Amino acid sequence: MTATAESTRKQRRSSKKPRRSDRTKAEIRLGWLLAGPAFFVMLAVTAYPIAQATFDSLFSFRLTAPDERSFVFLDNYILLFSDGLFWRIFGVTLLITVVTVAVELVLGFALALVMHRALKSLRGALRTAILVPYGIITVVSAFAWYYMFDINSGFVNNWFSWVPGIDSDLDWFSNFGTAITVIMASEIWKTTPFIALLLLAGLAQVPDELVEAARVDGATKVQQFTRVIIPNMKAAIMVAVLFRALDAFRIFDNVFIMTGGDANTEVLALLAYRQSISRLEIGLGSAVSVVLFICVLLLCLLAVKGFRVDLASGTDSSGGKKQGGK
Amino acid sequence: MKARSAGAAAAAAVLLLSGCGGQDEVPTLTWYINPDDGGQEALAEKCTEEADGAYRIQTSLLPMDAPAQREQLARRLAAGDSSLDIMSIDPPFIPELATPGFLAPVPEDVAERTTEDTLEGALAGAMWGDELVTVPFWANTQLLWYRESVVEEAGLDMDEPVTWDEIMDVAAEQDKYLGVQGIRAESMTVWVNALVESQDESILVDPSASADELETNLDSEAGARAASIMSRIGQEGLGGPGVASMDENQSMLLFQRENGSFMVNWPFVWPATLGAADEGSIDADIPDDIGWTLYPRVDADTPTAPPLGGINLGVGAESEHPELAYEAIECIVTPENQAEYFVTNGNPPSSESAFDDPTVEEEFPMADVIRESLDMAAPRPQTPFYNEISESIQGRFTPLSGVDEDTTPARTDSYIMEVLRGERLL
Repeated sequence: MTATAESTRKQRRSSKKPRRSDRTKAEIRLGWLLAGPAFFVMLAVTAYPIAQATFDSLFSFRLTAPDERSFVFLDNYILLFSDGLFWRIFGVTLLITVVTVAVELVLGFALALVMHRALKSLRGALRTAILVPYGIITVVSAFAWYYMFDINSGFVNNWFSWVPGIDSDLDWFSNFGTAITVIMASEIWKTTPFIALLLLAGLAQVPDELVEAARVDGATKVQQFTRVIIPNMKAAIMVAVLFRALDAFRIFDNVFIMTGGDANTEVLALLAYRQSISRLEIGLGSAVSVVLFICVLLLCLLAVKGFRVDLASGTDSSGGKKQGGK
Repeated sequence: MKARSAGAAAAAAVLLLSGCGGQDEVPTLTWYINPDDGGQEALAEKCTEEADGAYRIQTSLLPMDAPAQREQLARRLAAGDSSLDIMSIDPPFIPELATPGFLAPVPEDVAERTTEDTLEGALAGAMWGDELVTVPFWANTQLLWYRESVVEEAGLDMDEPVTWDEIMDVAAEQDKYLGVQGIRAESMTVWVNALVESQDESILVDPSASADELETNLDSEAGARAASIMSRIGQEGLGGPGVASMDENQSMLLFQRENGSFMVNWPFVWPATLGAADEGSIDADIPDDIGWTLYPRVDADTPTAPPLGGINLGVGAESEHPELAYEAIECIVTPENQAEYFVTNGNPPSSESAFDDPTVEEEFPMADVIRESLDMAAPRPQTPFYNEISESIQGRFTPLSGVDEDTTPARTDSYIMEVLRGERLL
């Protein structure tokens, strides 16, 4: 039945525009030829490991005891969810995600506005300069921040001893409050430029006429910003928040280098690393990884639903306009 | 034309084959080494030369810290990597690799020849279940280093054994710092273990027990006493303000500064301090102010059991040339080579006769104390689950100021048991 429907449609199309049908077909074939290999490679390098990890997470399997591998079904997950440590680590990861993304969004907006409005002539040079922290490898920047604040080799205690609470005896990485502050500060320093650039692109998409019209209608600066500019760059904001939230939730390097999880600063990715790499407990480690993956998926869904933006059409200006018009 | 190109191809193939074949005749042994000052590389070259074509040793570098070395070796061994001909292994991880049969058995004659005069502590670290599973290469131990000026002022007789209480009192009186490793790392387990072993007790009740039955013995008088020493250092700030991030290197730097008094540390600090004095980064007369003796006692009447470290050599079970690998190991660990390695790289020999080498005494005036210390040294808990035990101890005994002799040992015990039985996350 579908075959006949298909053929009549084909016939209809071919009777109207015979050339285009061939071209469409050829294009589709070309599309598969071009994207197909990448698609299969992606399947091999993402879908397969995910499936393998999910499978492994149902076993009690220690790499150095290969003969004692046994099927435990959901025991690894039960162990995770019933352990207070997991929830504390989950909380820390969430805290880092929320705080860094919020601060980065505010700072990034400020930077984007400065670049967009005030310094149009310098925009190119500024954009490059601003990208420098983002261009530094995270491990390298983590070491830089670590050595800056480290009590034995750092200069921060010395330079900022006039700030109340900071003196030469302050060990930043020995208690939660200070350690997590440094970790988050380094994360913010490094990725604010990324958000700023994405937002700058969003700002550039807002048509000047809209802002002009709002001004003529008597809108204040704040009203122009909240009613016209922000709604029109929703897609850009969403992309920025989504990317950063996913990144921040998977934070690893900064914590690994600076505290290694000491002072209760452990995060989910580090927990997964410690179970599978340090303890060689492949089953338990896989379970943590699967949980981390599901969290990231949920975060994605939440962001896409929350912003009610269709990414595919939302990133171009017409989509933006439509959104703004609503 | 066709024939000519075919001929050329054949000639090229013959050339290639003969080129490969020439190298293939000499089996290549890969030696996974821990980072050092190039001593293992030099030994590999030396033994390759001495083998005279029987084998060739090439080295491959492992990561910097011991746990990361373990991770890489364990992963490769579990995957059946046949390139692991010779491995430099840190002693505490030996049981974990030996239990699943990842290590090729040591032939009896090799075992006999290579352990003829091995110091007792070093030999204990190479054994698992009453069997020699690796060959001792070099052995390490911690000494008590002190500043002569501080000791003099305190009137302490360093020729007599000293106790932790004494050095803590002196540091507190003179308002100076003790060089200890307060960081949450392997060094914390080294310290806890030495404190417990120095009271003639062991952390493990029965080392050969399985994960479900393994028990630790920290909730005991010995554990409480160890905790009380660490807690006093933490609470009175005797380890300096940065004690929570103090590793071996940082504590050496602290010891070199004005408020340094005593330090427990490995012998690498001696060449490092001499080097720093030469370079001018520390006062040139500091080395003259430094003395050394055996690791402090816990009780005045019980002999000390200093920490044991070092490197043993193992052969991977999947190695294609286990006999040659053991032949090469025999070459590497000769007392002469151990002595040379000590002098050039600062890592003490595990063989007693290597200490008799005249160059050793010259470069390391404390060689006698090291030898004595190695004879008394006690290994860390020997069990395939060492990593879990060590990480639990590290977590519970840091920060030092939070250690409580009434609760910390008991909590560590129950935590280790829960982790090993799969009831808790580590």
